[in-house]
Amino acid sequence: MSIRQTFTGDLKVLPTHGFGVRSLTWWGVIAYMLIEGGGFALAGGSYFYLMSQETVWPPASLPPALLPGALFTLIILLSEIPNSLLKKAAEAQQRDRVLWLIVLLDLIGLVLLVIRGFEFAHINVRWSDNAYGSILWALLLLHTIHILTDWAESLVLTVLMFTGHGQEPRRFVDVSEDALYWRFVWITWLPIFALLYLVPRLV
Amino acid sequence: MTASEHPDDTARDGPELDGPELDRILSETWGDKAGLIGWLTTVDHKRVGKRYIVTAMTFMLLGGMLALIMRLQLARPESGLITADRYNQIFTMHGSTMMFLFAVPVMEAFGVYLVPLMVGTRAISFPRLNAFSYWLYVFGGIMLWVAFLRDVGPDIGWFAYTPLSGPEYSPGKRADFWAQMITFTEVAALAVAVEIVATILKQRAPGMRLDRIPLFVWGMLVTAFMVIFSMPAVTLASSFLLSDRLVGTQFYNATEGGSALLWQHLFWFFGHPEVYIIFIPGLGFVSAMVETFCRRPVFAYPVMVAALVTIGLLAFGLWVHHMFATGLPRLGYAFYTAASMAIALPSGVQIFCWIATMWDSRPRFEVPMWWVVGFIITFVIGGLTGVMVASVPLDLELHDTYFVVAHFHYTLIGGAVFPLLGAITYWFPKITGRMMNDRIGKLAFVLVFAGFHLTFMTMHFTGLMGMPRRVFTYPAGLGWETLNMTSTVGAFVMASGVLVFLGNIVASLRRGAIAGDNPWGAASLEWAATSPPRPYNFAHIPAVTSSTPLWEESLPVFSGLRVKQRELVLTTVVEAVPDIRDPSPTPTIWPLIAALATTGLFIWSIFSPWALVWGAIPVGIALTAWFWPKSPPRHGREPVIE
Repeated sequence: MSIRQTFTGDLKVLPTHGFGVRSLTWWGVIAYMLIEGGGFALAGGSYFYLMSQETVWPPASLPPALLPGALFTLIILLSEIPNSLLKKAAEAQQRDRVLWLIVLLDLIGLVLLVIRGFEFAHINVRWSDNAYGSILWALLLLHTIHILTDWAESLVLTVLMFTGHGQEPRRFVDVSEDALYWRFVWITWLPIFALLYLVPRLV
Repeated sequence: MTASEHPDDTARDGPELDGPELDRILSETWGDKAGLIGWLTTVDHKRVGKRYIVTAMTFMLLGGMLALIMRLQLARPESGLITADRYNQIFTMHGSTMMFLFAVPVMEAFGVYLVPLMVGTRAISFPRLNAFSYWLYVFGGIMLWVAFLRDVGPDIGWFAYTPLSGPEYSPGKRADFWAQMITFTEVAALAVAVEIVATILKQRAPGMRLDRIPLFVWGMLVTAFMVIFSMPAVTLASSFLLSDRLVGTQFYNATEGGSALLWQHLFWFFGHPEVYIIFIPGLGFVSAMVETFCRRPVFAYPVMVAALVTIGLLAFGLWVHHMFATGLPRLGYAFYTAASMAIALPSGVQIFCWIATMWDSRPRFEVPMWWVVGFIITFVIGGLTGVMVASVPLDLELHDTYFVVAHFHYTLIGGAVFPLLGAITYWFPKITGRMMNDRIGKLAFVLVFAGFHLTFMTMHFTGLMGMPRRVFTYPAGLGWETLNMTSTVGAFVMASGVLVFLGNIVASLRRGAIAGDNPWGAASLEWAATSPPRPYNFAHIPAVTSSTPLWEESLPVFSGLRVKQRELVLTTVVEAVPDIRDPSPTPTIWPLIAALATTGLFIWSIFSPWALVWGAIPVGIALTAWFWPKSPPRHGREPVIE
């Protein structure tokens, strides 16, 4: 270096992991939520734009059957209880609690995916029938992709936590951010549920 | 010996480990494997950034060649050089290549290369994602160009309006290749945006508070957020288009409740911010160069930052001004006219601040500054025609004429490409270790500048005389002949300037004067690294005490990072206080494999919706292998990412 350098401090004492805003992973997850959340918001905007083109909504069919959607919503809301416990356990680095909670959440994910299948089966319109059908399928599919990818990711993380790597502090950061992401998945579901099930019944 | 006393964990940089010995160890830790394996597995932001820049410039040349072919065709009336069908493909490919494969990627590429150096860190955040982003980008670009060369290039214009691009009016696969190119490039761009945000917010050198960040880095931060908020719109729009074309959804089909205007809203919600995504890094280049060559900080730093943020926000309120000719409600017209005129204000503030900076100093007019002056002149003209077409009555008159073509080439070439060519000249010594030739550099500027104005100033008049865009030919006798011939001559003058510029690069790579670390006497941290920088960027992490650290008497540094494993320091978001020693990922082949798998999924899904199911499996496997720890559990030792 052509400029004179002087030592001003030492970084040796710093920790090698931190949770939340301190970790790089958190920022990656947040940025990803902004991107995906933006996509959901625009898809929601498209829904209302297409609705404004029609005089009747839904144009030519019954709204999706309420039961599977309501069941799905109930379970995904309740899933926040073990999810919060998981996040806490991860941040306290309690491996045993993390292990059984993460397995429980994997099972809940599986149940949700099955119910999601019934939602598709009782949507009462095909994607190719009209633009209403198209946007319904798009919203439901978009959200399903998020359930599915988060579920697959959690499975990998579950296996990892059961190996020797599961004792590394940084793996607990991963679990904590995974739990944060699950919150995003269920929170974005609520407006989509309203668009799919409530708006067609209310207008 | 306890686990944390392993020699690999305890070896740290500092007064006792410094100089050639430190360089040797750090180079081994941060270097890549030799040869092809190293080339394919690297996650070094400088190597990936260089690759990104070279690839984007290659696409710029390809897009430029298409422009020349169009100018040859239009030089004379009723020219039979190329057919209407080929012409449609050529102007679509020109616009799409320049916007999606050149302009946005080249700006992000400069961010990838420069931001970690300018904020004083060892590596970009998420370096493997960075490598993945590059591969995805280049595969998407190749896909589009192979399709074009095999006569299935898109022919629907760079903004691919429905219903023209829909299944009814564009049978075949041409529009699908365009739409899937969008997916490739947007995923790549979003990945880079996330890395840049995280790098700027979390990896700044200790002491680099928000009010000490270089203006170029501020520009990249605003740009990255704009990418994050705008690009989902076009990805959603093109996914809807693909599904309309592949599985018969009805999003854009007016007869089944869809709407062609939905496409325009979604596209321009992305498309207008896109212009500023290209332009704001250009502003950042200019600020960096003005500071250096005036040898004083840019006048009114807080105002400059506020102007960048304001441009970023207003850019999201303008999209409808692309749709004035679609018959929207009157109130909408008024709002978007006001917003479109308002954005001229922060842009003007920037210009005035640079002029004030130059006024208050004795600027050195090296080649980069020639480009800065060329930028100011050209962009001001483009800005003024922008205010003109923001007015609805005038826009309706000029819509889809060559006047608009002239306007946006003034803003994009003047506002982004001129600063880019200046930036290449300016940072060339940092990237390569050699200076570019001065006299040839000035010749290139004169040719490009003169050629540009000859081409596009003329088009204002061609447009005012009524010549529409995107016509492959025109009849004689409308009074357009001389103007068109002039534009064609200008285009070739400009192209010769670009060739001279490239020739200068090639010659200077081998014979340029050796640059040294800080040839221009600049103030920002990238000039504290060697030219070209070592794989680890900085031997010790610098500590920043002002917005112009290299103009201080000495550069304080921190000791204490691990040197035998990749490690960098995370700092707090606002004050940049050192917080965490964070491991940085090592090179790996998995981003490339994941990109290949993703490419397979994307291309397959042009032909079958089942690609989304079966194609996702290899992607999932590649991503799992990417993240899975490669070495045995570390049992209390310091963490690594392998």
